[in-house]
Amino acid sequence: MPYFPTRRAILFGIPVLVLATGVAAGFFSRSVPSDLDLAMSKATASGLYLAALAPVTEPVTVGPMHSWTVSLTDAAGAPIEAASISVDGGMPQHGHGLPTAPAVTRSIGKGQFLIEGMKFNMSGWWVIDLSIDSAAGADTVTFNLML
Amino acid sequence: MRILLLTIPAVAVAGSLVLALPSGQRWSETEVALVRSLSLAALPASPVDPSNRVADDPRAAELGRAIFFDTRFSGNGKVACATCHLPERQFQDDLPLGQGMGRTDRRTMPLAGMAHAPFLFWDGRKDSLWSQALGPLESTVEHGGDRTLYAHLMKEHYRMDYEAIFGPLPELSDLPRRAGPIADPAAATAWAKLGEENREAVNKVFANIGKAVASYERTILPPETRFDAWFASSKFPEPGILSEDEIAGLRLFVGKAECVNCHNGPLLTDNHFHNTGVPALRDLPEDAGRESGARHVLEDPFNCLGPYSDAAEKDCTELRFMAEPDHDMLRAFKTPSLRGAADRPPYMHAGQIGTLDEVLSHYIAAPAAPAGHSELRPLDLGQRELSQLKAFLQTLDPIPGGEEVDSPAPPSGASAHQVRLRRQRHGPRALDGPRAGLSPGWWAYDHQPTGPGHHCGPLAAHQRRRR
Repeated sequence: MPYFPTRRAILFGIPVLVLATGVAAGFFSRSVPSDLDLAMSKATASGLYLAALAPVTEPVTVGPMHSWTVSLTDAAGAPIEAASISVDGGMPQHGHGLPTAPAVTRSIGKGQFLIEGMKFNMSGWWVIDLSIDSAAGADTVTFNLML
Repeated sequence: MRILLLTIPAVAVAGSLVLALPSGQRWSETEVALVRSLSLAALPASPVDPSNRVADDPRAAELGRAIFFDTRFSGNGKVACATCHLPERQFQDDLPLGQGMGRTDRRTMPLAGMAHAPFLFWDGRKDSLWSQALGPLESTVEHGGDRTLYAHLMKEHYRMDYEAIFGPLPELSDLPRRAGPIADPAAATAWAKLGEENREAVNKVFANIGKAVASYERTILPPETRFDAWFASSKFPEPGILSEDEIAGLRLFVGKAECVNCHNGPLLTDNHFHNTGVPALRDLPEDAGRESGARHVLEDPFNCLGPYSDAAEKDCTELRFMAEPDHDMLRAFKTPSLRGAADRPPYMHAGQIGTLDEVLSHYIAAPAAPAGHSELRPLDLGQRELSQLKAFLQTLDPIPGGEEVDSPAPPSGASAHQVRLRRQRHGPRALDGPRAGLSPGWWAYDHQPTGPGHHCGPLAAHQRRRR
């Protein structure tokens, strides 16, 4: 049966909603760094590579499985054609990893590699860690995502 | 990419934005999008199942429905899928532990919207609806039959329907009545003696039975709830169909209480597995949850990559990129949908928690897990907040009278409530009347309980994550 609030109920309800929202905002902002680096293109930790991460289809949403590409160049900007890349990640606030085991399944040329099997099962702050190994050496890079 | 990510709304940012808004504007676009993501309006059509080529064949759905209600598909002729998956009860049985020919070790799951789940069962040991349907058929405590029995039954009762969909049935006249790779030694020995060719032929029929049942199950969709009606109404986001308390509960659900972390999307489940510190039941064997489920699904000949699947390898992304069985998965169980959950106690994977209030108390307290590590952290919620949260959960029940019940009326005209009471008192019965009109006389209603009445002591919980 439909519920029709009285004017008074509405007036009392507003502060409740605002308060609830404020509490929620306070909670969620507690541990996400305010200066979180959301760059999807960056140098790897030791500077051996420049790596760029991009979803194959947009928008990226919570739930479905999707593919990404990673583009690799050396520090001078030349594409890396052959590399061994492993994918890891998780949610730092929640202390858990990725729900799936994504993997680089093939090179698609010009320094681009296909990552399949990526999935995010909740909203919030995710990190994606890539470990890269090629003739240029081994290095790592971490990307941050807010979903 | 950066632009994309900045436009992807983060809950944290959304919360902050709302604070900055004039007090009259209580819902930001981001929040409206989040609420919409929980509503039926956001539910896409059931995803295609490349592993089942008849998944959307109406003839297969009709055959599957007939099998679903057919008690002959059991070791004692008294158990059908519908024995535990009661259509008038959200396709579950209200019991702590499912009861077929014996008592199972797990709570019966409801079926609405299950076509969206990449992994089935509480431990995800199956990766398709059709493969899932095969498990109970061979379980000693559920249907208690075996593969050869089911192949014979198909030939005897559904031959024309089967062959119209799947092609000719194999020659079965020389095969024993009972044979299968199951616990029963006689059936297992007979199965070993069948020879590879016969085993494969029978396996194929067995898999096709599952595919027909899956085709029917794909038609079982979640009914509209008051929450959906409120979201679709012109009043949204103002109170109207939902009260202020219920809306406050929704705020808690997506905010402070963090329910939405795992209960997200239009089915209010992330379809993933979480250890939430649900106590173990003393009289049940140890249950490793997803740790063992992940191992089993990889080994299952009826999985997406197996010989009975219709999928190409590239289509099996869920299985190919499934996280490897790992100790972190110990006692992790699948997040159940919260649609209709308020109306289907008891809760958790073995019915350990009796009431919704006790479920909420479990999440507040966040007890240590009996094995593995609970993902929960204690929550600071007051009594009023708990009652608001509960009020919101109740808005996720199907609208009374609006639920489509896909079955005949319960025998003797009993109401669903009466059936439930009866079942609670006496345990399960094979049930349900004729459907589909495929082969006359294929159903039976048995007035004798088929298993011992089971009363489960109060215990513990499962699902979701917190932090």
